[in-house]
Amino acid sequence: MQIGDWFQHPGLTHFLIISAVLFSFGVFAIITRRNAVMVLMGIELILNAANINFVAFSRYSTGTLDGQMIAVFVIILAAAEAAIALAIILNIFRNFNTVDVDELTQLRD
Amino acid sequence: MDIYSIVFYVFAFITLTGAGIVVFSRNIVYSAFSLLFTFFGVAGLYVLLMADFLAVTQMLIYVGAILVLVLFGVMLTTNVIDVQLRSGTIHVLPAMVLVAALGAALLHVFWYTDWNVLPQPLAVEETAPEIGTMFLGTYVLPFEVASVILLVALIGAAMIARRGRKV
Repeated sequence: MQIGDWFQHPGLTHFLIISAVLFSFGVFAIITRRNAVMVLMGIELILNAANINFVAFSRYSTGTLDGQMIAVFVIILAAAEAAIALAIILNIFRNFNTVDVDELTQLRD
Repeated sequence: MDIYSIVFYVFAFITLTGAGIVVFSRNIVYSAFSLLFTFFGVAGLYVLLMADFLAVTQMLIYVGAILVLVLFGVMLTTNVIDVQLRSGTIHVLPAMVLVAALGAALLHVFWYTDWNVLPQPLAVEETAPEIGTMFLGTYVLPFEVASVILLVALIGAAMIARRGRKV
């Protein structure tokens, strides 16, 4: 396969590579950031990367819309997860006055 | 180079640049706002993958709801008086090594695996009618469970975040 030819015709691999990079960024954010909201953003990046894979395989590999259905459910769960996580973070901030995940070592004050 | 690949590279650039700013920016407000570009770029990639319903859902839920929630989280949990908008980073070097190894492994798998690729990629003109049929057909149980989960999450979030709770 010619490399120039590969660049000119976006296919399954292109989308998979984007999702791999997005996933790596998300993992990096989760590991390095101390702010709990930043960790949440990393999780959102990872969920988006997984969704791109689902939709790409749905189009190029399976030929059915099942991958898109799973992606819709992932989006639903991401919304629920973001709401709960931010409520918990707000509560933690009110009790401990910090959202640094390194300093949060107790469940109660 | 046809218009499809040009648009693809534009959206890929928007997505990955946004994600890079999210990860590497020192200011958490910049991170939250560049998350917008990432979500927008992913919605564009969905359009290129012929997933029109999913693209609109992405715009509505991610850009419209989750991003606003995250921004609220950023604004409500930072001490604006102390200008503590920066978010510190820890063990950057080990994380870089780990993430580089992980990303390289993923890219290797994605590149060298002989994927089962259809001769003609799926191209449904309108996905919304078929997705609606599948929601009430094959996927009716997950659909109902998802609605209950959303209700529970809504009530739970309101309970947890409520002010002046005595426990």
